[in-house]
Amino acid sequence: MSTENDTVKTPQKSDYDDKFGSAEQQETIEKLTQSDYKWGFTTDIETEVAPKGLNEDTIRFISAKKKEPEFLLEWRLKAFRYWQKMQEPHWPNVNYPPIDYQDAYYYAAPKPKKELKSMDEVDPQLRETFEKLGIPLDEQKRLAGVAVDAVMDSVSVATTFKKELAKHGIIFCSFSDAVQNHPDLIEKYLGSVVPYTDNFFAALNSAVFSDGSFCYIPKGVRCPMELSTYFRINAANTGQFERTLIVAEEGAYVSYLEGCTAPMRDENQLHAAVVEIVAHKDAEVKYSTVQNWYPGDKNGVGGIYNFVTKRGICLEENAKISWTQVETGSAITWKYPSVILKGDNSIGEFYSVALTNNYQQADTGTKMIHLGKNTRSTIISKGISAGKSQNSYRGLVRVSKNADNARNFSQCDSLLIGDKCGAHTFPYLEISNTTAKVEHEATTSKIGEDQIFYLNQRGIDTEDAIGMIVNGYCKEVFMELPMEFAVEARNLLAISLEGSVG
Amino acid sequence: MLSIKNLHVSVEDTEILKGVNLEVKPGEIHAIMGPNGSGKSTFANVLAGREEYEVTDGEVTYLGQDLLDMAPEERAREGVFLAFQYPVEIPGVSTSHFMKTALNAIREHRGEEQLDAMQFLKLAREKMQLIEMDEKFLHRSVNDGFSGGEKKRNEIFQMAVLEPKLAILDETDSGLDIDALRIVANGVNKLRSSDNAFIVVTHYQRLLNYIVPDYVHVLVDGRIVESGDKNLALRLEEQGYDWVKDNDAVTA
Repeated sequence: MSTENDTVKTPQKSDYDDKFGSAEQQETIEKLTQSDYKWGFTTDIETEVAPKGLNEDTIRFISAKKKEPEFLLEWRLKAFRYWQKMQEPHWPNVNYPPIDYQDAYYYAAPKPKKELKSMDEVDPQLRETFEKLGIPLDEQKRLAGVAVDAVMDSVSVATTFKKELAKHGIIFCSFSDAVQNHPDLIEKYLGSVVPYTDNFFAALNSAVFSDGSFCYIPKGVRCPMELSTYFRINAANTGQFERTLIVAEEGAYVSYLEGCTAPMRDENQLHAAVVEIVAHKDAEVKYSTVQNWYPGDKNGVGGIYNFVTKRGICLEENAKISWTQVETGSAITWKYPSVILKGDNSIGEFYSVALTNNYQQADTGTKMIHLGKNTRSTIISKGISAGKSQNSYRGLVRVSKNADNARNFSQCDSLLIGDKCGAHTFPYLEISNTTAKVEHEATTSKIGEDQIFYLNQRGIDTEDAIGMIVNGYCKEVFMELPMEFAVEARNLLAISLEGSVG
Repeated sequence: MLSIKNLHVSVEDTEILKGVNLEVKPGEIHAIMGPNGSGKSTFANVLAGREEYEVTDGEVTYLGQDLLDMAPEERAREGVFLAFQYPVEIPGVSTSHFMKTALNAIREHRGEEQLDAMQFLKLAREKMQLIEMDEKFLHRSVNDGFSGGEKKRNEIFQMAVLEPKLAILDETDSGLDIDALRIVANGVNKLRSSDNAFIVVTHYQRLLNYIVPDYVHVLVDGRIVESGDKNLALRLEEQGYDWVKDNDAVTA
């Protein structure tokens, strides 16, 4: 095992201040006052593509194109001006060449994909992957861009779902639709958890976000279905700057799944999404992610930079927010789904599997900010490094001085496959209340030759053996996933590890 | 079935096996006995294809094929089974999932149909009864948190599910109390047929009271120095290994 394989650093508080989140980020906990800003817009909206580059005109163009109300344009512009003063952060344990933000298009109408007539026209390699993942045929067709027959027409399915949801008063639509139809809710909650001042990429997203999803569960309503199903059917081009907002009113419940196990290719290299969750009293939001963006080739060429800000707030007592993520894609992943535990007795959970292979880099983890009394958080992180990849867990548990009897349990495990990869753990603890109970467990292990041999000796080949061992290692996290995705996620891990053993 | 000629094996440049010869026919049970460090476990592991063991000379033919040329999983699929001395824990993987995958890999190799979950569960339950194990072990992670005795019984359960042609038991008796020993032996005896063969590697004679061998071989310092019937085991029990150590190497 190389020395690089096994780094555990215990950072000091001063480290945290400049390395893991800026001072601005910490202000998030308090409400941000936004100064009034008036700005009319006169942008020509004849063209479909904004000129290359990023300036105030681009933003006005986007906002006008989307017929946004004035408050939103102002918010975008404030975000842009703030972003201009910011520096791209370099504290994550990842390396990439500088990004030229002026050398990109920030608005283009989605290009319709060429529709194929049957599965026979689909790339055989892609078909094979679908088979391995166990994705149903109709969905395979949709993902590959094959015309679906009338019965399984995705639009009609979507309509059926929409009717069912509407019956319960649930709003679930694209972010753009929500801006048009529910501007009051957007104005109230947009930026309330992740303000545009939060960080460099969140500011950029706030200025130029293309589209995303909005979900609102009214008081006392338990969403009758996984919003995943619907989402997968509508996972159209939401663009590289996606924005999601989920609001659960008092006593509401929703389970939401983002992403897809199928390989996602995208021409945009930089993805900077923002997800905000607001959980009111007694509300529960379960947010699951499966991320399988293009990771680049075996030599580390290409691949998506996935720089995401995800945060939820348990606004009032007994609220619960649970993040579950399975991250196997992207060349670089940089995300910390977090929970602000403001309400007394509120609960935050983070379950993560992050797998890196070849030259992938991941710096991911969570922040649990305990503000209310008797707040509890659980962190289970499973990192898997293979090939020449680098995989870091970075997590913060902060107990503020009023958070009496706060409890946290963290378990961060790293599994290494081969001896050219790296696993790193950066746990940060900031405890300002003596009644807090905080437990942290961390392990680093190498996938055992003896385990592989044991499975080989029972007739299982090495690739399947590794898949089986890794899936067993991730079981605690997969148990948190909705059933149908747990199966696909298991297959996905096995596929992502293909070729990791020489 | 199995023909071993002049087998030399090294581990990290130290020669452990120094010319072992053995012939095993279907229906036979061979016991390999010997003092600690004589090479018994190396012998068992090299037949199963463990990588760290380097064959420096000799040949092993199994059902007409060059066994040493086959990958461990190929050997398993062709019916070679090793009951491990130290069964390995696989956290998070249920015993039923593990065994279903293994059995279906072997069945695929044989050109047989795959068993679905229900068919497999029915079979697994029968085999569990054979070794008097509670069905709940099927749902537990492989060997994870099992006692020493439970792990050994789990090995025999796996053997019962996979129905190997050649089963090698590597000190399956070590760490077993007398009841567990009887259960394990009973399981092996029920699996015995005229088509399969067993190689039972053990330090002590007591297992052989329950699994009666056709041949007993004494391995000392990497060579089989004495071969005989079950009475040889009894003599070793009474007199220890010292008297055979002085004998010259003989061919089984």
